[in-house]
Amino acid sequence: MKPFTYERPKDIASAIKAMRANPAAKFLAGGTNLLDLMKSEIEHPPHLVDIGRLPLAAIENTRDGGLRIGAMTTNTQVASDARVRSLYPVLAQAIVSGGSAQLRNKATTGGNLMQRTRCAYFYDTAKPCNKRLPGSGCAALGGLNRNSAIFGTSDACIATNPSDMAVALAALDARIETLTAEGATRSLAVADMHRLPGDTPEIETELKSGELITSVIIPPAPPGGQIYRKVRDRASYAGALVSVAAVGGRVAWGGVALKPWRAEKTEAALVAGIEIPEAVGAELATAEPRGANSFKITLIGRLTAAALGETLAGRRA
Amino acid sequence: MSSVKDWAVPNPVSENRSGIIGKSVDRYEGRLKVTGTAPYAYEVEPPSTPVYGQAVSATIARGRILGIDTSAALASPGVKLVWTSENVPKQAARGERANPRSQRASNPTMGSDAVEFYGQTIAFVAADTLENAKAAAALINVTYDAQPATVDFLASLDQAEMPPGEDDTEIGDFSTGYRESSVKLDETYFSPIANHTQMEPCATTAWWDGDKVTVHTSIQMVKGGQHALAETLAIPSDKVHLITRYIGGGFGGKGQSYDDLTLAALAARELNQPVKVAYTRQQMFQATIHRPAVQMRVRLGAEADGRLNAFSIEAITHCARNVPFTEHAANFSRSLYASPNRLTGHRLVRMDLPGAGPMRAPGEATGMLSLECAMDELAEKLGLDPIELRIRNEPTVDPETGKPFSVRQLVSCMREGAQRFGWERRNPLPGKVQDGRWLVGMGMAAGIRGNFLLPAKAGIRITADGTVTLSQGMTDIGTGTYTILAQITAETLGVPLDQVRVELGDSDMPPAPGSGGQFGAATAGSAAFETGMVMRRTLAEMATGDPNSPLFGVDPTLVTFANGNIALENRSESLSTLIERVQPEGVYVEGSISPAADARDWSQHTYGAQFAEVGVDVVTGEVRLRRMFGVFAAGRILNAKTAKSQITGGMIWGIGTALTETNPIDPRYGSFLNQDMAGYLVPSHADIVNVDSMFLDEVDDKANPLGIKGVGELGICGTGAAIANAIYNACGVRLRDYPMTPDKVLKGLIAKGL
Repeated sequence: MKPFTYERPKDIASAIKAMRANPAAKFLAGGTNLLDLMKSEIEHPPHLVDIGRLPLAAIENTRDGGLRIGAMTTNTQVASDARVRSLYPVLAQAIVSGGSAQLRNKATTGGNLMQRTRCAYFYDTAKPCNKRLPGSGCAALGGLNRNSAIFGTSDACIATNPSDMAVALAALDARIETLTAEGATRSLAVADMHRLPGDTPEIETELKSGELITSVIIPPAPPGGQIYRKVRDRASYAGALVSVAAVGGRVAWGGVALKPWRAEKTEAALVAGIEIPEAVGAELATAEPRGANSFKITLIGRLTAAALGETLAGRRA
Repeated sequence: MSSVKDWAVPNPVSENRSGIIGKSVDRYEGRLKVTGTAPYAYEVEPPSTPVYGQAVSATIARGRILGIDTSAALASPGVKLVWTSENVPKQAARGERANPRSQRASNPTMGSDAVEFYGQTIAFVAADTLENAKAAAALINVTYDAQPATVDFLASLDQAEMPPGEDDTEIGDFSTGYRESSVKLDETYFSPIANHTQMEPCATTAWWDGDKVTVHTSIQMVKGGQHALAETLAIPSDKVHLITRYIGGGFGGKGQSYDDLTLAALAARELNQPVKVAYTRQQMFQATIHRPAVQMRVRLGAEADGRLNAFSIEAITHCARNVPFTEHAANFSRSLYASPNRLTGHRLVRMDLPGAGPMRAPGEATGMLSLECAMDELAEKLGLDPIELRIRNEPTVDPETGKPFSVRQLVSCMREGAQRFGWERRNPLPGKVQDGRWLVGMGMAAGIRGNFLLPAKAGIRITADGTVTLSQGMTDIGTGTYTILAQITAETLGVPLDQVRVELGDSDMPPAPGSGGQFGAATAGSAAFETGMVMRRTLAEMATGDPNSPLFGVDPTLVTFANGNIALENRSESLSTLIERVQPEGVYVEGSISPAADARDWSQHTYGAQFAEVGVDVVTGEVRLRRMFGVFAAGRILNAKTAKSQITGGMIWGIGTALTETNPIDPRYGSFLNQDMAGYLVPSHADIVNVDSMFLDEVDDKANPLGIKGVGELGICGTGAAIANAIYNACGVRLRDYPMTPDKVLKGLIAKGL
């Protein structure tokens, strides 16, 4: 591990200022991902700005009947909040299917959105990885890629985003609110926050240097059921092979792309009255498997059809 | 040499008058462990400020090192030394054994510029802090001349050879018997590479006093580690003091020493300062041994009534090019089922991988994954219940040697398990039981694992305050060895358990072979018992010969030991009174155990029957265990709690084997894909629902004077096959390729139109 310096600013303004003073610094929240990456010599921030105790840990009702979730709420706190569980069961289900109880007790909402891929080659510093070392190549591309992405990949990167929570938030049309390094507030959709790899997989989000996520805002849920279902190799503490968040007729997928993947073609087909299997197939037709991960196409298709069968039950009968 | 007949006479353990034997006694060292005060090797406080070492691993599978640039590492903060093959201190050549009695040969690190596997140590850094050592290690720049490497097992099966010194075992005429059988099965099963995944990595803290080195290290065999280090450093073994008090899991992976031991000792000598070296989690996967993959072809020929007429397992496995090891996946079957015509054997592919080596039930754990599925498949072909098929093939004597079984309760295990598990509720037709989106099925498998007794010694000291201390160069790898040795000692000497101390894991103590091969409890326990018997005789002579003892003049062979007293009828005194009066400095004796001369006249094993119920998600192909039950027969049980913990631990590992555990080799690099515990999937708590087990009453008086056998490895035997059979019963998908992950099950479901 490289030596680094550390500070814990007292308020949000000082945190932003600290980052402006040291653009190579990183925010530290729960530390469940960043500290592992530092110990493994994958991240080498010279300076950490600990935002874990900033007053951003509230869950508040919004005027339109939704919720504003502070970026420093813990995953456990959000998943066990009575309002979250009644208004957005899909979110509570997604969060508790991620990590382990110990991790969820430490991990924060903002940090969860910023966590980095679990691609085994990203973690193996002896292998090429364009995310870790831009320009070095992608070892997963010709490698053991059973767990890699089938949507939105490039020849530079076929990794997936590991967040379960983000998949549910994408299906709920949630937005993040941020404070930029200049002190301006802005907002963007969770579904648009992460970038596809393209030629620059090392740039993972639309956030600018020093920009801080302050909250996640969830609008009222559309009618219909909500389901998060995750397929994984073991019952707990394992990343998704694939996952689906179905919110009425909205569909977001996890484990298939470097971002939570809204199945827009499926959603449009459902709106057009097309039957579920065909509607699911419309999005799957654009998938690009890389060999060992081709099972994900069938798997996500079956999983989504089953989930929509439940969330749309009654409405389509 | 003794005979097993000598072991059948009643003794303090078999009489168990205080009832300590068999009791659910809490772990002797449990409080230390749960309060974090049991110092493991890396945590031992050395006599002065330590230096921290970090090994650097090769990133090619085979070739030569052309150059290593260590300048940046040497200039890095806090660095004390950087070694490569060019400047590492001289060690004895690999395999050298200056002392012919050494149990292990020299195992030098960085002996040359050759790379023989990905992960091999090629450089070493020592610095003032672990962080500085790791940061400097990351700055070392290596250039290689990489050579073609054989790393893809399934692509290299054509290179399989007969293992050195072995031959196939054929009884009768297999090919004729098979050809003439009315019902035949010929299937191939695959068990992948598995990693030990111990919680505690390999670690050593070392320091020198003059020409003698003290090493605290994590190793299953005290003498093995001591001798390996002595041979490597080319010093007499009495100049190596090896201590291994607590071990955070071994499972066979720590049966040998690794470079942490050698490097800590070398660096401590060079720097004249204590040195700590631990493998990283990644090095634990990449640079220690693993269980090799095995491909097994099983052929069964049966008559219509289910009796086997021909039986064969042919296993192909692999090992490191220069480190022979054979995963004997067929051996267990030689004692399991009757059949007049039998053929078993192994083939070995030499590969450019880290060493293949023993892991919990080597041979059985992999081999039973094949045969115990094949029996399930054969039962279906015959229209027989899988338990009934096994009972019809139950041998009366060992089917290959003709020797009688010492005691064999396999059928009882299956019958008892069937009753308690509710086997009669299993629908023999697959895919008929549904619970929501889950298809539910049951499966079972038999289990067998050999039993062994090795030579061992022990020492017992009783001090004037009555404290009894057992000391033995034995290890407790987390299994409960401290506890059972305390129980045996207390019962043998008739003293309360809280009067007994146990000291283990020190090369200065009377030697025992350590933990491995399911021989630990029987071997160390028997030595402790025999030493206790020596102590009883010593104390009896002492008391009956002392005019001041109430026992003066009585026949020493008639005295009894109970409640901390030595007695004959109403004459008694406490052991502490006796010792304080006669020998106030305390009494110390040693004793030993050796295998009986006629021990091999019996076929001796432990047995089990495993029952599993799984759900298969009909949409996704995910398999989740719903419940599992095992019935085991393993001789007298010393401690109901630790034995159950160990046997269910084996079952849990078997669940991982069936469903999740594998580590593919990237053929481009020769490296494992998974190098941490987030990628290599052992069962999590949520995977282990309702797992239970029981032991049948048993005493094996051919095993040792205590009638006990090992339980460390039996629990994993057959487990994976029971789950595979349950998957088939649930959904009709027959998989022969472990682990049975959702993608494989899903493919089968789709093929069945589900």
